[in-house]
Amino acid sequence: MTTRVARAALWVAFAAFFLFPLYAMADFSTRNLLQGGRTLKAWAGLVTDEALYQSIITSLLLAVLTVVVMLILLVPTMIWVRLRAPWAKGLVEFLCLLPLTIPALVVVVGLKNVYLWVTYLLGESALTLTFVYVVIVLPFAYRAIDAALSAIDLETLAEAARSLGASWLVTIGRVIVPNIWSGILSAAFISVAVVLGEYTIASLSGFQTLPVQIVAIGKTDGPTSVAASLATLIFGFVLLLALSLVTRRRRHA
Amino acid sequence: MRRLRESLPLLPFFAIVTIFLIVPTITVVASAVIDEGRFSLDRVAALFSETALAALGRSVFLSASTALLGALLGAVLAWLIVSRPATSMIRRTVLSLCSVLAQFGGVALAFAFLATIGLNGVLTLWVQEYFGWNLAGSGWLYGLPGLVLVYTYFQIPLMVIVFLPALEGLREQWREAAVSLGASTWQYWRAVAIPLLTPAFLGSALLLFANAFAAYATAAALVSQGSPIIPLLIRSALVSEVVLGQAGFAYALALEMIVVVALVMAAYSALIRRTSGWLR
Repeated sequence: MTTRVARAALWVAFAAFFLFPLYAMADFSTRNLLQGGRTLKAWAGLVTDEALYQSIITSLLLAVLTVVVMLILLVPTMIWVRLRAPWAKGLVEFLCLLPLTIPALVVVVGLKNVYLWVTYLLGESALTLTFVYVVIVLPFAYRAIDAALSAIDLETLAEAARSLGASWLVTIGRVIVPNIWSGILSAAFISVAVVLGEYTIASLSGFQTLPVQIVAIGKTDGPTSVAASLATLIFGFVLLLALSLVTRRRRHA
Repeated sequence: MRRLRESLPLLPFFAIVTIFLIVPTITVVASAVIDEGRFSLDRVAALFSETALAALGRSVFLSASTALLGALLGAVLAWLIVSRPATSMIRRTVLSLCSVLAQFGGVALAFAFLATIGLNGVLTLWVQEYFGWNLAGSGWLYGLPGLVLVYTYFQIPLMVIVFLPALEGLREQWREAAVSLGASTWQYWRAVAIPLLTPAFLGSALLLFANAFAAYATAAALVSQGSPIIPLLIRSALVSEVVLGQAGFAYALALEMIVVVALVMAAYSALIRRTSGWLR
């Protein structure tokens, strides 16, 4: 009995600590400071404020590009390592998890020379951040795809496809990928969430992504920044919740 | 020869990781000790200046205190969550929220607290109206105390995510075995569960420490003036590099960060290896 009361009290305390700031963001961003009452002006700013709107587009594009490049780079590599180059498995895993140990702040400090070349070759665009972001999302993506690959009989699938005359590209694209779809989906969702929230590298390289713009606007227009912040949190939450529901359904099937 | 051909498909992956992760890291380490083509410890020596040491002290204090708070409270929250069935909607919702707050919050969390206890924050105004106190007084939110509060807000969810697997690994049979031998719930926790969980708990706490030590976004959004902690000192060194001739200080600070985080993570993996024996 006492345990149940204690449990309930703890749930309430945690809920208050975590949900109140989120509620406060909703309240703060809809307050009408001039006449009192409520207004959606700050929320409308997400599309009417030109700079903010542009940064949202930039961040969404970056998210999509990062996911595409990450999948093209990582999925064939991880499959190849399991099938034909097992000697490199440890090395690939080590490199994928390395960004957890090397902070983004350290990477950006050492990135200047690399980026001189990147901007020289590709021009100066926020979208060149894609390459660094691919590296930043590696640990998350690696775990998701690794779990999916471990759950299937990769060798048999590949041998069957190859012995029927499929090329490596067809084997990977049309036989293996459909079988690890849930892992690919989690890798993609988590990467999108990471990219949309990434501030360290973008701000210190001087690119105007959404989080950078949120901070810039916050100096003059608090409510709009708070609205944009809450929007990114809700977006990330919906993404991850949808993911957890989708993966459950797959596990049952 | 065959091995060479088989490693060709791995080249793009190695190339990207080398260029965008290994090269920057080596650049930092090398630039910290090489000045104008010659080995020199001047830049590293700058780490022992009063400013840098004070920032290191505050960074360690911030990371240690929020790691401790986050680990204790996060373990309690994980214990609450684990008592719910794995497929329950509450559990899914709480875990998704934890994941967002712990890993992708960044600048948004700074604004969450500005909206709550900033100058015109919702809680600030309520407390002002009903109790007459000024919560936002003296701008503590924009200094070290504020950072402790906001960091705790993302450390607790991170603890839930890293500690939950260990808690889930405790098997029901172990409790049944203990109880059937006459142990009370309290004795089971003290003699079985807590000793089993201790390495995972300490390991998670170390991970939280490294996480806080390297975190940048939240602090940068919250503290716009002054550089109380190492990550913000790196920012000011980077931004003012050209003006003040502080070239290289950022490299030395980044090296310091690599060393601290690497040491903590090494201890972390040593501890986690002790858990992995029974955790599966």
